[in-house]
Parts: sequence; structure tokens; C-alpha cells
Amino acid sequence: MTVESGTATTAAQPAPEMPDQAGEFIQLLTPEGERIDHPEYPLELDAADIRAMYRDLVLVRRIDTEAIALQRQGELGIWASLLGQEAAQIGSARALEPADMVFPTYREHGVAWCRGIDPMRLLELYRGVSHGGWDPEEHKFHLYTIVIGSQTLHATGYAMGIQRDGADEAVIAYFGDGATSQGDVNEAFVFASVFNAPIVFFCQNNQWAISAPLEKQSRVPLYQRARGFGFPGVRVDGNDVLACYAVTKKAMRAAREGQGPTLIEAFTYRMGAHTTTDDPTRYRLASELEMWKLRDPIERVRAYLVRTGLAEPDFFADIDAEAKQIGARVREACRTMPDPPPLAIFDHVYTESNPMPSILRAEREHYAAYLDSFESEENEASSR
Amino acid sequence: MTTLTLSKALNAGLRKALENDPKVLIMGEDVGKLGGVFRVTDGLQKDFGEARVIDTPLAESGIVGTAIGLALRGYRPVCEIQFDGFVYPAADQIISQLAKMRYRSRGHVSLPIVIRIPFGGGIGAVEHHSESPEVIFAHTAGLRVVACADAADAFAMIQQSISSDDPVIFFEPKRRYWDKGEVDTVAGVRRALPFDQAKTVLDGTDVTLLTYGPTVRTGLEAALAARQDGRGIEVLDLRSLSPLDMDTICASVRKTGRCVVAHEAPVYAGLGAEIAARVTEQCFYHLEAPVLRVGGFATPYPPSRLEDHYLPDLDRILDAVDRTFGY
Repeated sequence: MTVESGTATTAAQPAPEMPDQAGEFIQLLTPEGERIDHPEYPLELDAADIRAMYRDLVLVRRIDTEAIALQRQGELGIWASLLGQEAAQIGSARALEPADMVFPTYREHGVAWCRGIDPMRLLELYRGVSHGGWDPEEHKFHLYTIVIGSQTLHATGYAMGIQRDGADEAVIAYFGDGATSQGDVNEAFVFASVFNAPIVFFCQNNQWAISAPLEKQSRVPLYQRARGFGFPGVRVDGNDVLACYAVTKKAMRAAREGQGPTLIEAFTYRMGAHTTTDDPTRYRLASELEMWKLRDPIERVRAYLVRTGLAEPDFFADIDAEAKQIGARVREACRTMPDPPPLAIFDHVYTESNPMPSILRAEREHYAAYLDSFESEENEASSR
Repeated sequence: MTTLTLSKALNAGLRKALENDPKVLIMGEDVGKLGGVFRVTDGLQKDFGEARVIDTPLAESGIVGTAIGLALRGYRPVCEIQFDGFVYPAADQIISQLAKMRYRSRGHVSLPIVIRIPFGGGIGAVEHHSESPEVIFAHTAGLRVVACADAADAFAMIQQSISSDDPVIFFEPKRRYWDKGEVDTVAGVRRALPFDQAKTVLDGTDVTLLTYGPTVRTGLEAALAARQDGRGIEVLDLRSLSPLDMDTICASVRKTGRCVVAHEAPVYAGLGAEIAARVTEQCFYHLEAPVLRVGGFATPYPPSRLEDHYLPDLDRILDAVDRTFGY
């Protein structure tokens, strides 16, 4: 692939620092699919677990690919793709206990999958049918948060609540490299630190905040920021699902045991555009993308499973078939998804245990009558 | 009945709430050992502990953001913002998160959070300590915005706000913190007027004066002065700024035929503008004169040596009343 526009060449930033050498990040599975042991992160997974993770990775990528296509066909208003970040999301999410609470951004489709959120709930948000609308406590997965970094404070407060309840639970807050510049994220670090809250800050450093490269956010590696706030930071190969699992598992356990917060920097790459409205060719080099393709989070697991004989060819065929099926289901469900009724605009502004405030009620009644006036005109016209 | 200052009445109300519900928390800057810069939370940390009366780091967005997390966990946090002008760093959490979470979640999530804000001028303070930002929050759907004006309401309304399943922005008239009033601390809040209703604090027949917070007392003083001139001003304390209690407002205006709105906040695009539009629409055939507004100028809050000119006082309110009789 070549760089398609001249502007990309001049505007592009140097390729990000690549911490490939041993010791620069935690890695348990190389891009070639070779297992590496790490003394601090023993892998507590059997073959079935790894196969299940492979299935997760493939299926969430398929849902994502389907969603991008649906946006291109006008069925979704926009889509924020997780392409390239599957391992960071599946590895960390599968490390959680059922009672642990998740606070996502708007790109955590893989984490949502692991928490049992129907992909259609995500698509309906991007279609404009709802703002989310699942029950966060039912899934232990908070609503998508679109304002960058706001959810890290909610996560910290939730963790402070767990402390007060004396519960054996912890919280994980997801955010990106750009979010680390936000005041709210830094305030969350302060609160979590001084109150020793049971929380893991999981930063997916995908190298790009829309068009801004990491060096526009930080002069130091992100995981090192934690030290200034008084808690440990660790960098993990964000394209290595096994390492993301092991590192998250350990940090969540520490949080539950009263050892306070950890910052995990999952070093990964946003393979696609920021969202479907974005054009990355304006600001980054094609060669960078090619380099990251060699670090694909799914291929290495497949290579590992094949090489070690932990999965038969049928296993991969079955998952590909399942992916195809899910793709078809998502496509069909999205295309047939109805718009909400217009008067739903007025629902859930205030608690329904009280009567709707009279000013709001009057607006609702007025608008209902206005809509009815068209229907009666149509009726009159059709009866003529 | 007990005689209490408005500040002590708030303290008594907070104490009741902490006693009645173990999920109620207080959090903010200096609310613990110090008891808050206005001593509204005086003694509460000593009696309820540091886990329930939380001295937070100095970060307003952090206070409101973590309060949201605590509420998601089932707690009922009462946040103190130290001064009106310090609420803006928390505006994103209040406007984008707190106000919209029920809507965004299609009713799955309740955030029963109260944000207490001492507001208004008149204490000779430096910049950013005398503002009236209530209309920013009244303009934000999903929030309830209330202001207390006297000790009895302070005691009842803070408890009603804490009981509310909707988030409440609770404005306290800081220059009235030391005003005393009779408070029935025994009867509890069940017999108190619902906090979303306006109340008539003085009957009158000639003109309706709508006001809230610190200017309620100013309005009462104006009404007593006008009475000596034989003019009956009916004074309404709005109490709830969002939603507005238009039923009580319109009943009074239909009776008097004239309406003046007074607040410290700038008149331009202030709450008075909304009230004037609604009163004009709903009471058009009863009005003898246009609705007039008295309040702060379309300027930033001035240095305190000039604040007596900026704040609507008795004479400026009476001037507006006089003008409604000129039509």
C-alpha cells in the first residue's frame, strides 16, 4: 500500500516508539504466536479458555466489520471501530469477575460483548435510536460515555462506594491515550490514589486521538504517569490477549485486596479510522498501518493454537461459520430496527415516581396534539 | 419551634438526613474538620465519621464525578461547592453527565445527588464569590433547581432535595446564612410544602413580586415600605426555579394584574425572561402592564465596592413596581 495523498506525507508524524524489546512491555504471546513466560504474570488459562478467547476476538471483529458496512449503507449514523484493539478489550474483560464493574468509553464493543450486552444495543446507539439504554447494574457494564474521560471519575466514585460497602469487588475504567490529557482523568487518578480506591485504569493507547499522535499528549510513556500519582503503572502488549488477561487479572486482584489502583497502558493501534467520519490518510502513513498489521491480535492466537495443536481445523471453520451467522443477524436486525415513537422524546427526563413536571407535560401534550392534527388531516383527505 | 440561623437550619437538616438514611453522604472541600467555610456542615464529620462526611481533594469536577459513581453504587451524596463561581469546573459533569443519566439510560439509572451552592453577592467578597449561575442549570433538562430563602425552608428543602430521586442543584443565599427564623425541627418534612412549589410569603392585591433566594427578604422589605404608601405587593418566593410552579405564579398574577420579577442574576436571558414570557402567554388578558424585571446588569459581577449598585435593592424593586402603574 502506498501513501495516497501528498498531504499525508508532509503532515504525518514519526512512527510511534515501538516497545518491542523484552522488558519494555509485558508480552506472553509474540506476534508470531510463540508463548513467552513472565515470572510475575503466570498464565492461569487452559486450552479451552484460549479457544474461547479466540472465538471472542473473531466474533467482535466480525460485528465491528458489519457495523462499518452498515454505516456505509446509511443504516448507522456513525460507528467507532474497535479494529486492532480486540485483544486489549477481550483480554482485560475476560479477566474480570462477574461482580466487577466496568466503565467504558464508546469504543468498548469487545468489553460489552464479554459483559453480555446484545450488540444491537450498541448499534442502536450509533443508529440514533437510543443513547444506550441498557441496565448498567444488570450487566455490570456502565453506559457508553462519549465526553472524553468523564467516566473515569464515575468509576472512581463507584470504587469508593465498594470500599464503603466492604465488598470484594473492583472497578475497571477504560479510556484512551487522548483522555490522559483530560482534567477528569487526572482528577480520577488523584481521588483514586488518596482514597486508595479499588480500581484499575485501563488505558488503550491506540497511538492516535483522532488525528493527534501520542507525542501531542505526553512527553513520557503513559504508564509512567501513575508514579506521579502514587500508584503502580504497567505497560502491556495491547495486541496480546493473553498478556492483557494476565496483567488485568493481577491488577484487579490487587485492587480487591485493598492495594489500591493500578494504571495499565495497553500498547495497541487503531487500525481503522477514529470513526466512520474520519479520514486517517490525512494524518498518518500507510507504512505505519502495514507495520501494525504484522502484530495482528487475532492471527497470533490462531498461529499459537495451530502450532501447538490446541485446536483442530474444524474449530476454526465452526467459528468462521458462527461469525457469518452473527454478521447476518446484526445486518438484518439493524435494517429492520424501528425508530422510537416521537413522544418517547419526553420519557425519563425526571423520575417517574413523581408526576411529570407541568411545563414538560404541557409541551408533550401540545406536541402530541400537533402530531394528531396531521393524522386527522390525512384521515380527512383519505375519506374524501 | 426553635430559632435558628439559615446556616444552622441547613446543618440540622443535613444531620437529620444523615441520621435517617445510612446511604446519605456529604462530600466537598473543607466540609469535615472545618465544617465548611460557612460552617454549614459543622460537627457532622465528628458525629458521622470520615467515610460519610468526606473531605475531598480540591477538584470540583472530581467531587461531582465521583459523587455520580457513588450514586451509581446506591449512595445519596450531598456535594458542597464552596462558592458559586467555583461550580464551572464541574459544569461538564453536572450538565453532560448528572442531568442526562436517567434519560440516557432510559430510566434504568437514578442519580439522587444534591449539589449545594452558596450563591449571590452582598458579602463584600472578591471576584467569583458572588455569582448567580442558577439559570445555567435551570436551562438544563433533567436537573431540579431550587433556592431556599429562610431558615424553615432551608431545613425542610434540603431534606426534600436529598430524598429526591432526581438530581437537585440547591442554591443557598449566602448573605442570608446568618438570618434567623423559626424552625420546626420536630415535625419533620412530611408536613412541609413540596419543594417544587412556590409559596406566597406576603399577600397583596395590586402587584405580584416574584423572587427567590437572597432577594426574598429584599422583596418583603419593599412590600412593607409600599404598604405605607397604600400599595399591596404580593410577594412570592419561587423556591423551585426548575421546574417553575406556573400554577401558583399565574394565580397570583391573574389576581393582581401586574408582575415584577426580581433576582440578583443578570436580567438578560435570566429566569425573569422565562417567567415574563410564560406569564404573558398564560395571563395575557389579566395583565394591566408588561411584566417588568429587576436584577443584575449585563456585566460581570463588579468589584464589591460597587455591588450595592448592581444588586436589586428595595428602591430598585419599588421603582419597577411604580413603573408597572405607569402603563
